[in-house]
Amino acid sequence: MTDLTKMTLSGALDGMAKGDFSSEELTKAHVDACMDGAELNAFITTTFELAMDQAKASDARRASGEVGKLEGAPLGIKDLFCTEGVKTTAGSKILGDFTPTYESTVSANMKADGMVMLGKLNLDEFAMGSSNETSHFGPVINPWRNGEDLVPGGSSGGSASAVAADLCLGATATDTGGSIRQPASFTGTVGIKPTYGRCSRWGTVAFASSLDQAGPIAKTVRDSAILLESMAGYDPKDSTSINADVPDWVGACGQSIKGMRIGIPKEYSIDGMPADIQALWDNGIEMMKAAGAEIVPISLPHTKYALPAYYVVAPAEASSNLARYDGMRYGLRVDGKDLTDTYELTRTDGFGDEVRRRIMIGTYVLSAGYYDAYYLRAQKVRTRIVQDFENAWESCDAILTPTAPSAAFAVGRKVSDPVQMYLNDIFTVTTNLAGLPGVSVPAGLDQNGLPLGLQIIGRAMDEATVFKAASALEDAAGFTAKPEKWWV
Amino acid sequence: MAQPKNGVTADDVKKIAKLSRLHVEADRLQPIAEDLNGILAWIEQLSEVDVEGVEPMTSAVDMAAPMRADKVTDGGKRDDVLKNAPKSDDGFFVVPRSVE
Repeated sequence: MTDLTKMTLSGALDGMAKGDFSSEELTKAHVDACMDGAELNAFITTTFELAMDQAKASDARRASGEVGKLEGAPLGIKDLFCTEGVKTTAGSKILGDFTPTYESTVSANMKADGMVMLGKLNLDEFAMGSSNETSHFGPVINPWRNGEDLVPGGSSGGSASAVAADLCLGATATDTGGSIRQPASFTGTVGIKPTYGRCSRWGTVAFASSLDQAGPIAKTVRDSAILLESMAGYDPKDSTSINADVPDWVGACGQSIKGMRIGIPKEYSIDGMPADIQALWDNGIEMMKAAGAEIVPISLPHTKYALPAYYVVAPAEASSNLARYDGMRYGLRVDGKDLTDTYELTRTDGFGDEVRRRIMIGTYVLSAGYYDAYYLRAQKVRTRIVQDFENAWESCDAILTPTAPSAAFAVGRKVSDPVQMYLNDIFTVTTNLAGLPGVSVPAGLDQNGLPLGLQIIGRAMDEATVFKAASALEDAAGFTAKPEKWWV
Repeated sequence: MAQPKNGVTADDVKKIAKLSRLHVEADRLQPIAEDLNGILAWIEQLSEVDVEGVEPMTSAVDMAAPMRADKVTDGGKRDDVLKNAPKSDDGFFVVPRSVE
């Protein structure tokens, strides 16, 4: 039989529908791949027995004519989504032994659609990071190598690495400043962050509530549409969930982009942009033009302020959200001499350096005397960024940019200045601030043979256009490179 | 912006840590102050933006807050709620003494 792990999600669903193989066979192949790929450290918790049981149950459902959107497909879940009866850590020591008694809405939707869950995927602690190196459970290794171990990006590094290494057919991820798209770019996979509010945040461990949004990482644009159609949908348990039907995004893939106006923002040509990234972007513009799109120069003048605004808003929200980890009701408790001491010891031992740093920045910018100067001003700058996009939509239907300012970098690269790490999100963070959908599509290799992604941004609620443009870009780029299998 | 000229001091870090319920060793106060000042100096560029008359963005989604009937829809899950408690006894959370 052919190697079932090399299939796309779409191909595997078709294969099962035709009876070429069962979910049990497909799942077994992926369990084996996961075991072979253990040194990638993509999983925090594996659930292979559960997966085999779910696969058998799926085959039985299929035999009785009941077939969900993800029927029998072995997938991975980022360890930020609460899963009933399965440990959910958020990559943190403070939740190291936390086993939810409930299921996140996103993973519940996928279960209802027939998903088989292979396990919980590694991530930066509380999704705070761009290299997956802040995880309490160790860094994830990118299947792509360049003589040394490379990071898969972050925070959804486990999701990206697992999909790129064919350990699972697709994975859930979350994106607060670029945590789906930057890892997708680093691993040659597709990652989409939908419009804020498309996917319920209920049961997903919170980082920055006004920015957090779930989405998939997948092998192809079509696969990402299949996954997102299952993940998304109205949920009364999340007061920011959008009450709108989930459109036919799979149907949008492959449609012509003739006449589509693609905006090219001049502010994304940043100082010191690597030549490879500029060349990739130029090439992407040519490909979209060749596919019939009209290229429109646009201006998003407040782009350079997006990242600093983000590093006020996100830590502020994080410091509030993470106040709940007090060692009293769940999670780690480190006993101290009194209540306050117990709080402090618990939180100091339970949170890693980057999380503590962001809690302190957030506390500072929200504290008396600084609130107006930092937090309120950042919220106003955020409005400016939204206005930039609103102006741009008058002359274009989608925007094409690079996804990240570099390819994957080495694990353990010494970063003494946290701002250097924050710059990874320079091209992705604007859409989080504005709540817009954005997708990263693998579009080429750099001179070292590492994958690079291009990003397409769309109007709020207009994922259909994003999928259309992304699949046109995918077709034109013809990216078929895979990392050489060095693990096992 | 209202950031003091000298930025965050070791004393400020002590105060921030206390508000954050984090323990910081005395010899770490100054390095953390420098770390935070590096980030805050970079954030400082926000003061270049003209925000005169601009409303702060408070919601990422263009919709009114949904209303629902004021009815109990969930509950009766004492054991579930206590399941992950570091310490519990007889249906209660056990916490350090907080009232002397």
